[in-house]
Amino acid sequence: MALITSELKASYAFVERNFFLTRRYWGWELAFLVYSVAGALSISLIGAAAGDDRLLLTLIIGAVFWNYLSVVFSWIADTISVERWEGTLEYTFMAPVRRWTQLLGSCLYAMAYGLVHTAAMLLVLLVFFPQLRPESMNLLTAAGFVLLGSFSFVGIGMMAAILPLLYVERGAQMTFVIQSCLLLVSGVYYPVSVLPGWMQVLSHLSPATYVLAGVRAGLLDGTPVTGLWGDVLPLIAMGIVLIPAGLWAFGRAERYAKRTGKLKRVG
Amino acid sequence: MTTTLAPELNIARPAFEDAAASASATVATAPALLVEHVTKRFRPDRRKAPVLAIADVSLRLERGSIHGVLGANGSGKSTLIRLVSGLLTLDEGRVEVFGLDIERDELAVKRLINRVSVDAAFFKKLSPMENLLFAARLYGLEAEASRRAATRILGRLGIAQSRLGRPIEQMSRGMQQKVAIARALLTSPTLLLLDEPTTGLDPRSKLEVQAFIEEVNAMHDATIVLTTHDLAEAERLCDRITLLRGGRVVAEGTTPELKRLVAERYGQPETLEAVFMTFTGRSLDDDVEEDGETDD
Ligand SMILES: Nc1ncnc2c1ncn2[C@@H]1O[C@H](COP(=O)(O)OP(=O)(O)O)[C@@H](O)[C@H]1O
Ligand SMILES: [Mg+2]
Repeated sequence: MALITSELKASYAFVERNFFLTRRYWGWELAFLVYSVAGALSISLIGAAAGDDRLLLTLIIGAVFWNYLSVVFSWIADTISVERWEGTLEYTFMAPVRRWTQLLGSCLYAMAYGLVHTAAMLLVLLVFFPQLRPESMNLLTAAGFVLLGSFSFVGIGMMAAILPLLYVERGAQMTFVIQSCLLLVSGVYYPVSVLPGWMQVLSHLSPATYVLAGVRAGLLDGTPVTGLWGDVLPLIAMGIVLIPAGLWAFGRAERYAKRTGKLKRVG
Repeated sequence: MTTTLAPELNIARPAFEDAAASASATVATAPALLVEHVTKRFRPDRRKAPVLAIADVSLRLERGSIHGVLGANGSGKSTLIRLVSGLLTLDEGRVEVFGLDIERDELAVKRLINRVSVDAAFFKKLSPMENLLFAARLYGLEAEASRRAATRILGRLGIAQSRLGRPIEQMSRGMQQKVAIARALLTSPTLLLLDEPTTGLDPRSKLEVQAFIEEVNAMHDATIVLTTHDLAEAERLCDRITLLRGGRVVAEGTTPELKRLVAERYGQPETLEAVFMTFTGRSLDDDVEEDGETDD
């Protein structure tokens, strides 16, 4: 018990530090929000142009929830890449904390940040499109899927964090590759059924596919979570597999970096 | 061998107590740092032969001592420090800190050590206080107590309280280095690894940092490994000195011993500079290296 409390306290170190970083860069955070809102709006307007409210909401959901997942994912990878280019990673790795404690702290902050960011976007979009009627939506379903999907994305984020750990110059950019491949196969803006057969197979392996399907069922049709086991169960399974897999992979990468001297070499 | 560890000091050091509790009774008498036949190779390019960064190095530091590691650039000083810090894995050999194996008792060892390297790495946009608070939390320290301790340590190093809230990037290199030292001291390490802590500092800052290292060593009973290119600094601070060349130990002893050795055996002047030139120069042949390894 004492162990868990002390590890949680250490986790909080990462939450607090990331919060300090956000606070210090608040101007940029605001700019980032503008960027995200503008992007989501311009995609949603395709639906408005077609005069189809259902398409409009489908696109809004795609834009907003994809934004959440990618924010969570990139914050986790960024936590490592920021430390990599500031040079503090060696100090963090020397501290008496377990790696899962560190990654847990980063993930908790990423989720909190993602929620605030996404809620702000959603608010702007609802104001912009008054024809949408939130009262007919099942928000509980949406929240449930976001939470479930977060676990899988935390696992993928940990694996993505390996890239900046091992490749300081280009690693962070490489995480975008993972992100855009997920975007392509997960049916964010179009039904998965339009993809070629082999891509549809991949779409079943992406947690985002199930998150978006679930959120859409909740918000478009008001379906409760209990009616969506087909999307819930794969997400649970993926979370159970991906988080330990992410931790394991990160641990392997750390060990490799320490063996080959990739953590840093100046000094 | 001059162990001056007073038993009551254990009480003042919760981190040490923790680690000691988890280890065997031999801890109380174990050396602060024991490095045994450690070897580390790097192979940045698969087509080329690996670089032997540390080759069969052994060291033994008694508690409360300051041990200097000297050598030319690329002789393996930083690699040795990283190996002890657990930032690199050992290819061969083993390392113990206060009787705890650095691989087996990783977390316990981590609580006992901290390191300052030549580059003061920080979150440059964050303030010294924010950076130090993060470090303190990682070591399980309470925020409020850490804030006070950080203010005190930084004040002692000549950094005014008014600077603690501004981004670190606005500070001079000397000041940043002092904050780096404060970060390490905040966690009360019993083994402090200082990798060229005064390189690039102006003469005044250098003296302040040196005085502080002495104080930490004397008042807080910290054992210190110090690498430096400043021979006057080594002479002033170090109880014993190890000279590295090409990753190997070529000489080890107290400053007077080493000086006498070069004077008697090589007819050199009795200065630390002569010691450095003699043992790290390229003109020496191999049997000199072997001679140097005998600790006398
Ligand atoms: N991470 C690394 N990857 C590859 N080679 C390294 C790495 N770190 C050190 N080396 C090599 O090991 C040798 C010792 O380096 P180092 O320990 O940094 O020396 P010093 O600190 O004494 O200047 C050098 O030849 C250096 O190039
Ligand atoms: Mg060095």
